[in-house]
Amino acid sequence: MMSGQGETTILTEGLRKSYGDVRALDGVDLEVSHGTVFGLLGPNGAGKTTCVRILTTLLAPDGGRAAVAGLDVVRDATVLRTRIGLAGQYAAVDENLTGFENLEMIGRLYHLGAAGSRQRARELLDRFELSDAGDRVAKTYSGGMRRRLDLAGALVARPPVLFLDEPTTGLDPRSRLGMWAMINELVGEGTTVLLTTQYLEEADYLADQIAVIDHGRVIAEGTSDELKDRFGGEVVEVVLGETADRTGALDALAPMADGPSEPECEGRTVRVPVRARAGVVVDAVRRLDEAAIELEDVNLRRPTLDDVFLSLTGHVAEEPSSEEQAEAEAS
Amino acid sequence: MAAAAVAQPVVPHGPVSRLRWGLADTLVIARRSLLRVPRQPELLLGFTIQPVMFVLLFRYVFGGAIQTPGVSYVDFLLPGILVQSIAFGGTVTGIGITEDLQKGLTDRFRSLPMARSAVLAGRTVADIVTNWFQLVVMLLVGYLVGFRFSTSVGEVIAGLALVTLVGFAFSWLSAFIAMGVKTVEAAQQASFIWLFPLTFVSSAFVPPETMPEPLKTFATDINPFTLWVDSLRHLFVGTPIDDQLWLGLIWALGIVVVFAPLAVWRYKRVATR
Repeated sequence: MMSGQGETTILTEGLRKSYGDVRALDGVDLEVSHGTVFGLLGPNGAGKTTCVRILTTLLAPDGGRAAVAGLDVVRDATVLRTRIGLAGQYAAVDENLTGFENLEMIGRLYHLGAAGSRQRARELLDRFELSDAGDRVAKTYSGGMRRRLDLAGALVARPPVLFLDEPTTGLDPRSRLGMWAMINELVGEGTTVLLTTQYLEEADYLADQIAVIDHGRVIAEGTSDELKDRFGGEVVEVVLGETADRTGALDALAPMADGPSEPECEGRTVRVPVRARAGVVVDAVRRLDEAAIELEDVNLRRPTLDDVFLSLTGHVAEEPSSEEQAEAEAS
Repeated sequence: MAAAAVAQPVVPHGPVSRLRWGLADTLVIARRSLLRVPRQPELLLGFTIQPVMFVLLFRYVFGGAIQTPGVSYVDFLLPGILVQSIAFGGTVTGIGITEDLQKGLTDRFRSLPMARSAVLAGRTVADIVTNWFQLVVMLLVGYLVGFRFSTSVGEVIAGLALVTLVGFAFSWLSAFIAMGVKTVEAAQQASFIWLFPLTFVSSAFVPPETMPEPLKTFATDINPFTLWVDSLRHLFVGTPIDDQLWLGLIWALGIVVVFAPLAVWRYKRVATR
């Protein structure tokens, strides 16, 4: 019944889902080991949310199969719902209820009993530093507080598997760090987590294993280091002086290059892919200095989702969702 | 972590325990829907102010020009407006459901091992209570402008039960409609657009005999609002009826029987996006 370390907790095989002509998922295979964090990384509209909705029994797949904690997401949906928690980018809190009432309601719906639900609500408010706000209507909460309350709601029944759909999208940096710490804490307690994110940095920090998803397909999979090694490591970016010799600069920096792509010069900016290591900035400055080439700025740029995407697909990972477009048009 | 403090959730086995769980879930959701009433008073007020204005408008502005045989216009009017406002009140159910969909609460509920029907049943049950609030306000205003019951207590209670049933039916209808639209405004519009003409082309405000054909035939022979209004008028002020009461009951029950399962079916399939 209870699965141990190394066992597969989430498994999908050839998962497919279409909305009309749009193939949201086009044959997705995933395998997530017990007690690990799996990051599903991709731009808006890549199919991340659809995947989570299928795994949390909200949506039936058109084809393929998926099992969570050994339970089929379609056939065993009812039992599965007692084993999973879901928190998402749309913090699912009832704004007209207090924080306490929100959590208590969820406890009652899990049939934890009146006393059990109240006790669990208090525990979670405490844990997520919402005790002081517990008797306030959630309408008055900040974005970060709502997100914490939403996550607390997902944890009411102590689910062994937790799904987080873009848990930090739209949060300020401080709230984001807080959310990361809480997720790490949960994983430390043995929870298996599948999270979706648009931020490489977030997957990098939290996930043991990452699958990059685009147009409903997994286009790369591995640990964060493996992905970066394969698809875009660190880049040294040098901005040359106005009159500097650009070819000379490229020649001087070329020996440093160590990565999947060649050094390139765009305007006054030279980009040199390097493996992550200390001293590359100093090295670049020294080389240009020796070649007597003037520079204005130098920095080490960490790879972004765009870099990974560019090297994987040849296109940049920007595909605003319909909501974002609507919002942009409205404003 | 001391995991022993809280029982692990289980799922019910067998039809009896499933039914018991479903009822318990319905009550939890009903309580939740009622808790929001005092915290979001503008919603209920909006749905109460309009019918009150209608009472005043028809009682004092149009009423003088409308002939109602055998009964004063205010006694004629109030049962009609009660039925109309209770039908419009059903829109509150739809608005709440659309809000839940937009805010992701529906996803939360659907990810829980709760009864699927409870989310909707809880809300429609809660809206019976808000409908009663509306009824009380309307009857008080009616009393102030001269409306008087002229039937027995039993008949008045039967009348209130009938309006409650009609309100419950429209809550389910509105729940079904709400899950097919994207925004709260659309949920509101989707009901108003057909409810408005339907309630006016009935015996609610004027005797349908004064209408031109084919409105007259529609109002007297087809529109269920006429059945409900005639029945309520009979139960409140003793105007004569034939079989409107039974037909009206069948209509109201029929709406529940058709649209409650349809709404639950739609709820099971509906996706936030």
